[in-house]
Amino acid sequence: MRSIKSPAGATATRSRHRLRARRWAGWLFALPALAFYGVFNFYPVLLSVQYSFYDWDGVGASTWVGLKNYTQVFTDNEQFSSLLHAFYLILFFTILPVTIALITASVLRQLQGRFTGALARTLLFLPQIIPGAAAGVAWTWMYSDNGVVNQLLRAIGLDDIARPWLADFTWALTAVGFIGTWLSTGLCTMLLLAGIGKIDNSLYEAARIDGAGPIRQFLAVTLPGLRNEIGVCVTITIIAALASFDVVYLSTQGGPGTQTMVPGVAVYNLAFNDARLGAASALAVVLALVVIAVVVPLQRLFREK
Amino acid sequence: MPERTQTARALRRRAPGLILITAAALYSVVPLLSMVSAALAPQGTFPSGLSWPSDPHWHNFVDAWNVANITTLLKSSTLIVLGVVPVAVLIATMAAYAIAVLEIPLGGVFYTVLVLTLTLPYEIVIVPLYEQTRSMGLLGTQWALILPLIGMNMPFAVFWMRAHFVGVPKELSEAAGMDGAGPWRALFHIHLPLARPAIASLALLMFLSTWNQFLLALVLIDDPNKRTMAGALQAFTTKYSTDQVLLNAGALLIMAPTILVFLVLQRHFVKALLQGSVKG
Repeated sequence: MRSIKSPAGATATRSRHRLRARRWAGWLFALPALAFYGVFNFYPVLLSVQYSFYDWDGVGASTWVGLKNYTQVFTDNEQFSSLLHAFYLILFFTILPVTIALITASVLRQLQGRFTGALARTLLFLPQIIPGAAAGVAWTWMYSDNGVVNQLLRAIGLDDIARPWLADFTWALTAVGFIGTWLSTGLCTMLLLAGIGKIDNSLYEAARIDGAGPIRQFLAVTLPGLRNEIGVCVTITIIAALASFDVVYLSTQGGPGTQTMVPGVAVYNLAFNDARLGAASALAVVLALVVIAVVVPLQRLFREK
Repeated sequence: MPERTQTARALRRRAPGLILITAAALYSVVPLLSMVSAALAPQGTFPSGLSWPSDPHWHNFVDAWNVANITTLLKSSTLIVLGVVPVAVLIATMAAYAIAVLEIPLGGVFYTVLVLTLTLPYEIVIVPLYEQTRSMGLLGTQWALILPLIGMNMPFAVFWMRAHFVGVPKELSEAAGMDGAGPWRALFHIHLPLARPAIASLALLMFLSTWNQFLLALVLIDDPNKRTMAGALQAFTTKYSTDQVLLNAGALLIMAPTILVFLVLQRHFVKALLQGSVKG
C-alpha cells in the first residue's frame, strides 16, 4: 500500500481540527448499526434477563417469582442434566478434534513444503459448509439400524455391538458427540495446518541439534507455535458444544428420554412447547453465563504474549 | 536406480501423513456418500448403509425436489440472504469506519459492548425476539428473520471490519481530508475500494451463516416454505421420517446450494473461514 505523506504540518493540523469538529457527526455512520444491534440484539438480551425473574406463559399476566426459575435450573433434573451433557459434549466437539488435528498437522508438516492436497482440503471443509441441521439428518441415517456404522461393525464381526445408536439409552449422547467430532475436525485440521506452516523451520532444526526427538520437538516447538490457532479451535468448538441446537434437534430432539437433552433444545422446549417463558429465559441466561465463564479464561490462556 | 529409491524413501516418509489426511478426508465425506447411496435406492425400500445401487433411481431427486418444495425454498432463502447480507455488510462497514477512522466519541464503548456480546449463544435471544417480532406484527413473515439477523450479525461484522480499518494508514484519511473530501466521499472513494477483500470475505461468511440459519428460522417463521432451506429441513424430516430414500434425497438437495457455492468459490471460502476463525 502506498503511504501518502502530508506536505505541510499546518494543513495537517487544520484538517485534524476539522476532523475533531466532525467527530460527533461521525455517529451518523454508526447509527444504523447501533439501531439494529440495539433493537434486535442488545435489548433482547436484557429482556431475557428480565423475563427470567417472572412466571409467564406468553399470553396472560406475568408474576414476579424472584430466583425461582434459577433454582429450578439447578434442581430440575432435565434442565440441570442438559448442562452436564453440554460439558460432556466438549470432549467430542473440542478435545478429540483438536487432538486429531494436532497429530495430523504435525505428521503432515514432515511432508516438507506446503500441503497442497486440494481434494483433501475440499473434503475436510465440507462438514463446515453444510447446515448443522443437514448434518443431523446425515448422521441419523449413519447411526440407524441399517446405516453405515452398524454395517461396518457387522463387517468386522461385531454384530453384538450393532444397534440403533441414537435410540440407545447408554450410547445416544456419545453418538451425538461424535457428530460434533465430525463437524469440528476438518476445520481444526486446516487451521492447525495453516498455523504449523508459519512456524520457522529453523526452530525445529535447532531443537534437533539439541538432541530433541519428535516428541520433544512437538512439545517445545509445535505446541507453543500453535498457541494462537489452538486457542481459536478450542474457543469456537467449545461454544458450538455448549450452545448446540441444530444437530441435536434434528437427530434426537433430546431423546431417548432426556439422555441427549442439551440446553439449547431444553430452552426451545420450555419456551415453545411448555409455554414457560420465564423458565426458558433463566436457562438461556445460565447458558450464556456458562459460555462466558468458559470462553473468557480461555482467551486469556491462549492469548499470545 | 537411485531416483526410484529416492521416491520410495520419500513416499515411505510421507506415508503416515498421507494416510492420516486421507482417513480424515474420507471420514468427512462418508456420511454424505451414504446419503447419496440411500437417495438412489428404489422408493419404498429400506436401503442399507453404503452400497451403490445396481439400478440408481436418479428420478428420486426430481420427486424430492417437488415434495420438499425446493423451488419455493430456494426463493425464500435467497430473499432472506438478500435482505440480510448487503444491508448488514454496509451498515457494519460504516460503523466500523466511524469507530476506527473517524474516531467518534464513545466509539470505543460501543465497540467494547459489541465484542462482549460476540460470543453469546442465540438461545438467549429467541424468546424476546419471538415476543418483539410478534408485537411488531412481523412474526411468521421473512422480515421476522431478516431484521433480527441483521442485528445479530452486527458484533462479528463490526469487529471484522474494524480489524480491517485499524490496519489502514492514518495518513490516508488525513490526505483525503486535505483534498476536501468529506467523510462520505473518503469512505466511498478511498476506503471502500481498499476494503474490498475484507468485505468479500465477510459477505461470504454471512451468506453461509444466514443460509444455514436454523434456530431463529424455526422459532420466528411458522410456515416452513418461508424459512431458510436449513430451517425447512425440520418440517421435511418430520413429514418423511419413515421414507429413508426421499428423506436423504431431499436433505441432499437442501444442502446442495451451499456445497455448490463452496465448490465454485472454494479458494475465497477457505481463506474467509480460516481468517474468520482466527479473527473471531
